Amino acid sequence: MGQDLTIHDFGGIMRDFSLDHVNDMYVDVLREIGNIGAGNATTAIAKMLGARLNMQVPKVELMEASKLGGAICDEEETVVGIFLEVCNDISGSMMFLMRMDSAHAIVNKLMMREPDYNEPFDEMDLSALKEIGNIIAASYLSALSTLTNLRIQPSIPYIAVDMAAAILSVPAIQFGQYGDNALFIETEFGDDVRMQGYFILMPEQDSYAKILTSLGITM
Amino acid sequence: MGNVIKVGMADLNVAKAPDSLITLGLGSCIGLTLYDPVLKLGGMVHYMLPDSTKLKNNQNIAKFGDTGIKELYRRMLEQGASPRRMVAKIAGGAKMFEVGGISEMGRVGERNAQEAKIILKELKIPLIAEDTGLNYGRTVELNCENGDFYIKAVGKTSKII
Repeated sequence: MGQDLTIHDFGGIMRDFSLDHVNDMYVDVLREIGNIGAGNATTAIAKMLGARLNMQVPKVELMEASKLGGAICDEEETVVGIFLEVCNDISGSMMFLMRMDSAHAIVNKLMMREPDYNEPFDEMDLSALKEIGNIIAASYLSALSTLTNLRIQPSIPYIAVDMAAAILSVPAIQFGQYGDNALFIETEFGDDVRMQGYFILMPEQDSYAKILTSLGITM
Repeated sequence: MGNVIKVGMADLNVAKAPDSLITLGLGSCIGLTLYDPVLKLGGMVHYMLPDSTKLKNNQNIAKFGDTGIKELYRRMLEQGASPRRMVAKIAGGAKMFEVGGISEMGRVGERNAQEAKIILKELKIPLIAEDTGLNYGRTVELNCENGDFYIKAVGKTSKII
């Protein structure tokens, strides 16, 4: 922590970083960030809902980018995706995804509706979901920022409710620019309602090097 | 009814009637089809990025518009398709999130669609139908019996182009 973060001394390997030759150490680091981030998010959402929530240890998965479309459910199943861009010391984007049952559960809880209400989302619901995505994203980013001592600024959240494969084409393309692999984190939290969320962090290629270097990892 | 052959992301395939080719949940990617109406032979490529020459890591030819479309064309010829009879249709290239500004990410769908037109022009294949852009995902299916390109989206009426 707190070391010099200038990047003038990166070698060729760092500049060409892709997830095609990622090491276990990096996956461990991401798992830890996922862990802390999910912890922060759980606390924030529990406060927002006024409920008690437990969190499972997140699962980190590395997979072919072209397989992302079917990674969380059937390609055509409708899911909620929340997308944010990040800037400052790290640039890139991130995405948080929920299946419809989880999204409805959390919105119903927030809007104090019956748990089995599942009418299509109205404007109010969508903005509540955006806010939840925002909180979750900010929780992960703050974990990442604390661990790396890098400044990370998220944009406003954008939302889409559409086919899983269509939403996941966005990170697939993003990862596809650098290599053939993608990485995502699955988090589960809940009490009476169990919620599953999927989190995808997409740093620009240069930012991987920054993250790893600030954590003292050499590739 | 024939078989429905699935084309994944960064993937391509050809099929003959009565089979059809399907790709599920196109977002910013493009589903491009070539069709020879006499042979009732169809092909589909689902590519993710427009241009393979912009990247070093470009071995997967079906991932890119330029190499993917040309490979599909080659596969169609190999199966006996006539260059003069082949026609093309495209769908996809959506902008899934209304990200502001002119970030690269926001424009990839549009650039994917442009690339199809560039390569088709080069191959002298007419683009006879298109359903691209906007902000939603599409499932597309090519019926090799008649060349119909069937498009389905969440909360919208299905259409044939």
